[in-house]
Amino acid sequence: MSKIIVMTSGKGGVGKTTSAASFAAGLALKGHKTVVVDFDVGLRNLDLVMGCERRVVFDFINVINGDARLKQALIRDKRVENLWILPTSQTRDKNALTKPGVERVLGALRQEFDFIICDSPAGIEKGALMALYFSDEAVIVTNPEISSVRDSDRILGVLASRSRRAELEMEPVKEHLLLTRYDLGRVETGEMLTVDDVMEILAIPLLGVVPESQSVLRASNLGSPVILDSASQPGQAYADAVGRFLGDSLEHRFLTAERRGIFQRLLRRSA
Amino acid sequence: MSLLDLFRKQPPSAPAARERLQILMAHERAGVRGPDYLPKLHKDLLRVCKKYMQISDDKVSVRVEELGNVSMLEVNIELPGGGAYAR
Ligand SMILES: Nc1ncnc2c1ncn2[C@@H]1O[C@H](COP(=O)(O)OP(=O)(O)OP(=O)(O)O)[C@@H](O)[C@H]1O
Ligand SMILES: [Mg+2]
Repeated sequence: MSKIIVMTSGKGGVGKTTSAASFAAGLALKGHKTVVVDFDVGLRNLDLVMGCERRVVFDFINVINGDARLKQALIRDKRVENLWILPTSQTRDKNALTKPGVERVLGALRQEFDFIICDSPAGIEKGALMALYFSDEAVIVTNPEISSVRDSDRILGVLASRSRRAELEMEPVKEHLLLTRYDLGRVETGEMLTVDDVMEILAIPLLGVVPESQSVLRASNLGSPVILDSASQPGQAYADAVGRFLGDSLEHRFLTAERRGIFQRLLRRSA
Repeated sequence: MSLLDLFRKQPPSAPAARERLQILMAHERAGVRGPDYLPKLHKDLLRVCKKYMQISDDKVSVRVEELGNVSMLEVNIELPGGGAYAR
């Protein structure tokens, strides 16, 4: 049985695309045939993060409009077996994604893939709604920061009331919390919400905590999902999150900072 | 950042964020399915109540309750001065 998983957040710039790319790659590395679909029409970035921007010929919208077949639009990842990308278009027409069109494409993908990862745009309006509407499970990407937590709560409300599962009174969309850009230094000095704070407020199960790290920027510069950088902390954190998603019980890592000397602290603060 | 700032210790701000979020969220969650006119209705009810009694704003509450597929409007008015219709 194939599963549709949405990466959503309400708030922009919290790490949905980064997480979608790594999550999809992680599932594929575990042997599951996986496709990651860009729902951010007009602001397509997933292809850049996945490093396949120059191989885009046809896209999601072309398939919906019948201008291309699904097979023509799907891009096979060159590094990871079992991994595919369905890019979106740069069109400014926000109405390009229609519910019946999306349903048809997702239905076709379900025939081929074990997991379909939907990279949602920011907001709680039409674009985000379309990305989450057909989902079976949702990964709520949240930063330890007040406006991100609030927006996550609102998107949880949308999932519970306006998703297809809610409308058809089916079993509700399964929710997972992915806390990203977790800045250990700032959490420890009491400047940022802790993982416990966020969990208490949102009250959904924790899939993983991804630390703030330079290696994410480096990975996107190189066009390679950070999970493939298995020496990096975010890479390991995403690998753990995928493992938990597939049912492994793994302890959470990267929740406390390594002790730094006073000299390093001063250097860091003035940086 | 000046050198002085390095030594001036500000109190942690995360607990404040946490508290504000908890209060806000309690509000927003309760109001998620409330119609837009609730704040106005609340105001009007207060005005009417005040014609007959001395009552503070927080003693009148209005909220929407969902029971199955029925939405109910719940209005609570706490009379001033304690029990037995005290005045
Ligand atoms: N763990 C991390 N550490 C450091 N930087 C990060 C981390 N996660 C994401 N970023 C950076 O944050 C920025 C936003 O990330 P990303 O594009 O994944 O967010 P998004 O939620 O998809 O944004 P949008 O809402 O615009 O689609 C990027 O510059 C990315 O490199
Ligand atoms: Mg994005």
